[in-house]
Amino acid sequence: MNAVTQPINPAKLVARQQLALQDPDWVRWTLIAIAIGFISLFICLPLGLVIFQAFSKGVAAYWSALSQDDTIAAINLTLLTALVTVPLNTVFGVTAAWAITRFDFKGKSLLTTLIDLPFSVSPVISGFIFVLLFGAEGWFGEWLIVHDIKIIFAVPGIILATLFITFPFVARQLIPLMQEMGNQEEEAALSLGASGWQTFWAVTIPNIKWALLYGVLLCNARAMGEFGAVSVVSGHIRGLTNTLPLHVEVNYNDYDVVGAFASASILAGLAIVTLILKTALEWKQGNR
Amino acid sequence: MKKIILKNLFNRRLIHRSLYLLGLLTLSFTGTISAKEYSILNVSYDVSRELYKDINVAFSDYWLKKTGDKVTIQQSHDGSSKQAAAVIAGLEADVVTMNQETDIDKIATKGLISKNWLTRFPDNSAPYTSTTVFLVRKGNPKNIKDWDDLIKADNAVILSNPKTSGNARYSYLAAWGYALRKSGSEEKAREFITQLFKHVPVLNTGGRAATNTFIQNNTGDVLLTFENEAFLIAKDLGADKFDVIVPSTSIEADHPVAIINPVVDKKGTQKVAEAYLGFLWTDTGQEIIAKHHYRPRNPEILARHADQFAHLELFSINDIIPGGWPAAQRTHFADGGIFDQIYSQ
Repeated sequence: MNAVTQPINPAKLVARQQLALQDPDWVRWTLIAIAIGFISLFICLPLGLVIFQAFSKGVAAYWSALSQDDTIAAINLTLLTALVTVPLNTVFGVTAAWAITRFDFKGKSLLTTLIDLPFSVSPVISGFIFVLLFGAEGWFGEWLIVHDIKIIFAVPGIILATLFITFPFVARQLIPLMQEMGNQEEEAALSLGASGWQTFWAVTIPNIKWALLYGVLLCNARAMGEFGAVSVVSGHIRGLTNTLPLHVEVNYNDYDVVGAFASASILAGLAIVTLILKTALEWKQGNR
Repeated sequence: MKKIILKNLFNRRLIHRSLYLLGLLTLSFTGTISAKEYSILNVSYDVSRELYKDINVAFSDYWLKKTGDKVTIQQSHDGSSKQAAAVIAGLEADVVTMNQETDIDKIATKGLISKNWLTRFPDNSAPYTSTTVFLVRKGNPKNIKDWDDLIKADNAVILSNPKTSGNARYSYLAAWGYALRKSGSEEKAREFITQLFKHVPVLNTGGRAATNTFIQNNTGDVLLTFENEAFLIAKDLGADKFDVIVPSTSIEADHPVAIINPVVDKKGTQKVAEAYLGFLWTDTGQEIIAKHHYRPRNPEILARHADQFAHLELFSINDIIPGGWPAAQRTHFADGGIFDQIYSQ
């Protein structure tokens, strides 16, 4: 209010800042306590419970649960899914971000909106989209049956659904960064005689590499953890089309608590590794 | 430097792995010369997991001894109508083992199952039956003894969703049949079922999910489910926590099976699929069925396990609904049917 009518006294401003930093002790401690309480209640406690339940019948039971054929098949399928979807979505993401931030074209805002679509659609719906497309009664159903190609209730369907769900992660990380960066550096490289390809590798990639890695990590985490969409297209065939999250549900419903939480602990472990990598990346990015 | 070493390691591993895979492939190809290897998929309802785990092992042994061929049976379980929908959408099941005619009929109307499937195997193609009973918390603190007690006071009743679960459709029809036979009027039956669903706090997709709601999440005072599921919990999982309550009357629940023609034709598994379902009627199969608290068709085996089953008066669906399952589906469970009307009230 004052800012419009009269200039602020700089001394007053400093005083106000100090005041903000020197909130009474009880306010600061309450805020910290709330934050820590919230984190331990909603994050540490459930995570601890997963580990506790997984080992509730001892280490031997934990290992035997993990070494079951179906569990190994689920781990392999989950890794395969991530291995296929993450590289593809990295390429798609970079391409999309590049197109959106470096070129002006009609329908650009439509494309930006479409990239966000998987975020806003419920994963179950995303799964059904593929059933409607590739199911036996779907648009391409007859053609697929005639040519003996299996998509739904098989590995390709699971990969497709995951690809759809994880599409936005890389692009969403890159677009704001590349917009902020502008394209002067690239223009400079081009005007100095570099080819488009050289510019991309020597100028663009080094500038976006941390954001890119960050996006890849998020994409990977979701690819391994996706439940809803995959559940719809999986068919739940044990040892064949169950990913780790689905396998957790199967075990839980079989009253195999150790098995369910052992598989869950693998998923949680993957998430923690991702989190550590993410923190390391952020730290590195901050230190640059 | 480090990178190069890593790369080499990776490549060497990759080469080893591909060699290993190649070896496996050759092995499996040479293996087919002497004995055939089959893999069939059994798509089933939610609570039959344990039964078919045992049946599958027994059948694989039986088939290997009889023919020298190796057969692997894959399992898939969920709410029965959801499973039927998946088969229609292209889930390549060789056989379906369901808990009522409705779901198999639905697949048959799409031309995937012979129209005469009911007569393809003995006993209306149902190798075993079950019925709907109650499971309560130990000592029966709410004193629930019969259907009328379900709608008393604040009792919370747990069952799965009749739209997606055959198990729940039997619970629904058992309650309907009880009220209908007691009062003689459909109006009273409708009133009773309306009251009943006012006591249902949550509807899960499949029977097993409803069980978990009751036993793991500790929700509800009574669970309505198949006899086999109730006994499995009360005897094997929580003898100190739950009691089975047998109501005065309940519904007889046929569990029919069928072969999915286009799938077995394509995969060449007609013979083994037929034998797999037929195995359910053999003495070995019927014994396994009885062990899992399903009522076998073989009277001798049933008598031998009589103590495993509840003793109560059973009525069939045809006794309470003229026209049987197709009529029940039309008037009660189809969109806009009686269930939709009473549940939205």
